[in-house]
Amino acid sequence: MVPDPKRCNSCKDSASSRDSPEWTRPSAFPDEVLDRVLSLMESHKDRSSVSLVCKDWYNAERWSRSHVFIGNCYSVSPEIVARRFPNIRSVTLKGKPRFSDFNLVPQNWGADICAWLAVFAAAYPFLEELRLKRMAVSDESLEFIATSFPCFKSLSLLSCDGFSTDGLKSIASHCKNLTELDLQENVMDDLGGGWLSCFSENFVTLEVLNFASLNTDVSFDALEALVTRCKSLRVLKVNKNITLEQLQRLLVRAPQLVELGTGSFQQDLMPRVYAELESAFNNCKNLHTLSGLWEANFLYLPVLYVASASLTFLNLSYACLTSSELANLVAHCPSLRRLWFAVIIVSKTEVLDTVEDKGLEAVGSSCPLLEELRVFPADPFDQDIVHGVTESGFVAVSRGCRRLHYVLYFCRQMSNAAVATIVQNCPDFTHFRLCIMNPGQPDYLTNEPMDEAFGAVVKTCTKLQRLAVSGLLTDLTFEYIGKYAKNLETLSVAFAGSSDLGMQCVLGGCTKLRKLEIRDCPFGNAALLSGLEKYESMRSLWMSACNVTMNGCRLLAKEMPRLNVEVMKDDESDDSQADKTGSGHQYKIPVMTELTCTQILKIASLETARK
Amino acid sequence: MDGTLGLLGGTAGGGSGGGGGSTTGSASTVSKEDNLVMSSEVSSPYPDETELELGLGLSLGVGGGGLGSNSKLAAAPWGQYARILTAKDFPSLVSKSSSTSSSLVTKANSSTAGTKRSASDSPLNGASQVVGWPPLRTYRMNSLATQAKAPTAEDFSSPCEENESKNAVVDRTTSGSNKNPHNAKEIFFVKTSLFVKVNMDGVGIGRKVDLNAHNCYENLAETLDDMFFTPTTTITARWSSVEENDVMTEASGPSKLLDGSSEFVLTYEDKEGDWMLVGDVPWGYVASSCYDIYVSAL
Repeated sequence: MVPDPKRCNSCKDSASSRDSPEWTRPSAFPDEVLDRVLSLMESHKDRSSVSLVCKDWYNAERWSRSHVFIGNCYSVSPEIVARRFPNIRSVTLKGKPRFSDFNLVPQNWGADICAWLAVFAAAYPFLEELRLKRMAVSDESLEFIATSFPCFKSLSLLSCDGFSTDGLKSIASHCKNLTELDLQENVMDDLGGGWLSCFSENFVTLEVLNFASLNTDVSFDALEALVTRCKSLRVLKVNKNITLEQLQRLLVRAPQLVELGTGSFQQDLMPRVYAELESAFNNCKNLHTLSGLWEANFLYLPVLYVASASLTFLNLSYACLTSSELANLVAHCPSLRRLWFAVIIVSKTEVLDTVEDKGLEAVGSSCPLLEELRVFPADPFDQDIVHGVTESGFVAVSRGCRRLHYVLYFCRQMSNAAVATIVQNCPDFTHFRLCIMNPGQPDYLTNEPMDEAFGAVVKTCTKLQRLAVSGLLTDLTFEYIGKYAKNLETLSVAFAGSSDLGMQCVLGGCTKLRKLEIRDCPFGNAALLSGLEKYESMRSLWMSACNVTMNGCRLLAKEMPRLNVEVMKDDESDDSQADKTGSGHQYKIPVMTELTCTQILKIASLETARK
Repeated sequence: MDGTLGLLGGTAGGGSGGGGGSTTGSASTVSKEDNLVMSSEVSSPYPDETELELGLGLSLGVGGGGLGSNSKLAAAPWGQYARILTAKDFPSLVSKSSSTSSSLVTKANSSTAGTKRSASDSPLNGASQVVGWPPLRTYRMNSLATQAKAPTAEDFSSPCEENESKNAVVDRTTSGSNKNPHNAKEIFFVKTSLFVKVNMDGVGIGRKVDLNAHNCYENLAETLDDMFFTPTTTITARWSSVEENDVMTEASGPSKLLDGSSEFVLTYEDKEGDWMLVGDVPWGYVASSCYDIYVSAL
């Protein structure tokens, strides 16, 4: 939107008109209207656009923003955030690079929340919500949160590390207005379930409780009492220590649940209890998300059928269902939008791996509304097993589920033709993450690279935002990506490419690229330095086990002084007998050849105001 | 082109490079550029720091220092990985084993709570024995490994028998709740996996081994023997000729790692961060507390 020059002139007159108490400047666009409009605006991208219009709008926007999203905690300091946004109630903060989930980032790398908390305690005493992903959070930090923010309501920790259940005790004890405690896949010390008992008997406000990933027992009595008290509870995800019988008792207390994560789904149940369980599910009229189902005994799955017609999200990652059990279950879930499951092996006597594909065929025929599918691998470790899903399962789903737009698919074989068929069937993919488990594996039918597969993906799926490639890939794949993937924001590459050209194509062609993560590819300094102009508009670049050298990194840092260039170097592979002392103060900078140097390079770009 | 091999060669130590628990070499980071700004309108008060500082040890995040400060944190946590361990380091550490062993047991369970330190890397998968592959979070990795402990033993039932026994379960009228029904499927999921990283002197690529798949040191040593002393093109290429000769001749027969006659010695790092010599404490303690295993050259 082009700002009216008149208005901008008046912006210049009163330097920060918003901040001055007297406000006599006439405006064709009343501030009250602007405020009202802004109060309805939640998308941070929209708000960033608004803030760029003119100084007046910038100020209006910053005063009215209540939630800030920081995609890379090292892109900005907490002080700057606090100075710009005075009225924040909710913060989403992401820390470590995604590859830290796969242990490619050293421990104690950073992303510690405590510096942020110190600033927030002073600037945002009324802070209500913290949503942290891949941040380092200590028990002291949790206690600090619990005691510094009297209005604190919502804590979500995803893939964080550094804390224990002691920290949870602080949260439970002190946060009297807590509405959400959401713990997912954190690296934490589970010292016992006593934290749950720390919620006081007067505490009634909980709406979301997810402790599915914890391993120790909580007091069931405390849990049952908590669930009974909290009438607004809509999300409950318990851990696998909760039995079916206990689950039944919880469901009876909370029929209003919208999302349920069960505990262990196997138990010797007396028929009466079985009937009660079925009845309990029947009373949950609002249930649309189901997860947990650990070690689900298929004989008990029918208790779900009464509620499954309205299910939109089914997470069977831990349910250990065979294909036929899956087929039976999804036949009762016609409204399913999102499905996650893990293939399991029933018997090693199976010769072909089409058994697992049958489950997917059933999904294709039973769930026409499916939009998201995540298939996790069968036994990712056992190289003897040749089972698991193949391309035919994926094709089957694509035939039946034309609305599919998000897929994460681990498989052991794939062909270019299959992928072409899949995207032909489902051209609306926004997220296409294909992981052929054996690195550098070609098309199993033709033995050719998988270039054409991903070429088909980017040519056909014009809305593609996120792509993860795998298999044997040459630079051609990246030429395709650079040429066609104009909406691509996130790209993950592993064991692929032939030369610098590949990465150069991506950096040059993908105009909307924000996150690029690369491991074990033959991209070197030329590729790295070709993206100089690009990095400013990106959130992060990760390169590990590539051909980048220290000099390349130095040059990059020199050319882009405002870029945060971090090199995590490990010259373990340099097995000459040089003395390496103590804490690494001295290290050899090897002359980089592709066979000797191991480097992890992380580049974080600064987030500008428009983000 | 054998994509896998070529890439492995190309990445050489790529596998281990990411391993946060790797034990040799020095790790250092270039100091961060603190000159971060959000927009030209909100300029940063930070001092201009255009010159990189190299070789200053570690700048490990912000800790308590805050991003605004330029202070470099102590390298201590990362620093303990920065040494090449040799046999002479062990005597002093071994003596600690008795005092730490008691604390190890209490924390045993937490090791399966998805702690990345204990199950850090992708374990072996055909030709791709590299760190962090396949790209699955540790929590999910362990869960999947648990689920897929499919019938390898002879006494597990085939699918049809499995169904029959499940039917039997429902018909039984057992009283009270029973957390461990005796249906065939449940047997598969008794043990969780506990993958730990294994690094060897002179080998850039880390491997992974499931401690819970072994029940004694001998088994573990055998597995490690197979992993590291089975010659593959890339691995042998990295060994010095002297080592290669010695180890190759020892590859046959029972593991020499334990009895001290090989060129290498097995060590592991426990939760306290101490390096212990494998064999000094009962297997149970090691299995429950160990994070990384290191095969060290004597």
